[in-house]
Amino acid sequence: MREILLESTYFGAMLSLAAYEIGVLMKKKFKLPIFNPMLISVALIIIILIFCNIDYESYYDGAQVLSYLLTPATVCLAVPLYEQLELLRRNIKAVFLGIASGVVTSLLFVLLMSMLFHLDHKMYVTLLPKSITTAIGIGVSEELNGYVTITVAVIMITGIFGNMIGEGVCRLFHIKEPISRGVAIGTASHAMGTTKAMELGEIEGAMSSLSIAVSGLLTVAGATIFASFL
Amino acid sequence: MKYVKQFGVILFFSFLGEVLNALIPLPIPASIYGLLLLFTALFTHIISLEAVYDAAKFLIEIMPLMFIPASVGLMTSWGILKGVWLPVVVITLLSTVVVMAVTGKCTDLFLKHGLGKSENETRTGI
Repeated sequence: MREILLESTYFGAMLSLAAYEIGVLMKKKFKLPIFNPMLISVALIIIILIFCNIDYESYYDGAQVLSYLLTPATVCLAVPLYEQLELLRRNIKAVFLGIASGVVTSLLFVLLMSMLFHLDHKMYVTLLPKSITTAIGIGVSEELNGYVTITVAVIMITGIFGNMIGEGVCRLFHIKEPISRGVAIGTASHAMGTTKAMELGEIEGAMSSLSIAVSGLLTVAGATIFASFL
Repeated sequence: MKYVKQFGVILFFSFLGEVLNALIPLPIPASIYGLLLLFTALFTHIISLEAVYDAAKFLIEIMPLMFIPASVGLMTSWGILKGVWLPVVVITLLSTVVVMAVTGKCTDLFLKHGLGKSENETRTGI
């Protein structure tokens, strides 16, 4: 049986879809942020893979068709953004300043925490791009000589966590405007958070989409400057 | 055929993004170039919204699924994270909350102070 699973073309993708569906059902039933479909599905798949003694590569062979679609889907984020063009035009200054404030906060917070935990320079620069989209984050980490694999892990954890808490943080801190909610979620937790922003509303989704690109680009510049601080 | 054509256009912009990524020596991925190019094309009416709309909405709807395979890769990161996981996880989780809250509050503030019109005004205005 294990041989069949290891060789299967469809097992990985099927398992991913099934696990996500279970996550969605659990979310519907329990309504708590911890029952986040993304978290549940990833945890469930890891448990199943370890339990059945299937290595990650065999799973990924089948599941990579999903990853393949990630670039086209990210390109498509231009559509909701274009649909909110009028709103974006009116608020362009506030939106860009908001994203910039988030990028500076992220870099500054990582700097302070790294000092607090006495992390070395290499670990510090590894964490600097933690809030931005994976592909840009990898580039920044490489450029600054960080541990790229840890950067990727940290970006994933940030994304799943942001997706989990996005709605709650906006409520807790009374972030009122849909624009601000979108900017906050996208700047803090890139594309994985953006899928949550899309659920909250069209404006949230559009602003979160824009934030992925803008915060990513600002972090490329900002991280280079911040790298010299520790 | 509608979906095929639309998906074709989307792949075309993904490909253009790849080309720019290969030509320009910056750590900017194909997806971000593609997003900016598609937005520009829509903005300048080089292509109409209808030319990509349904396929784009579908891809965005199923987007959460696309993060699963790479996230499951976390199971292979344990070896590297073992010695440093506590500060790393603490910093990662805390900073996500802090960045989200500060960004949201700042944007709310900027919107209020005339750097933009609030959503309500925009909805009722014009």
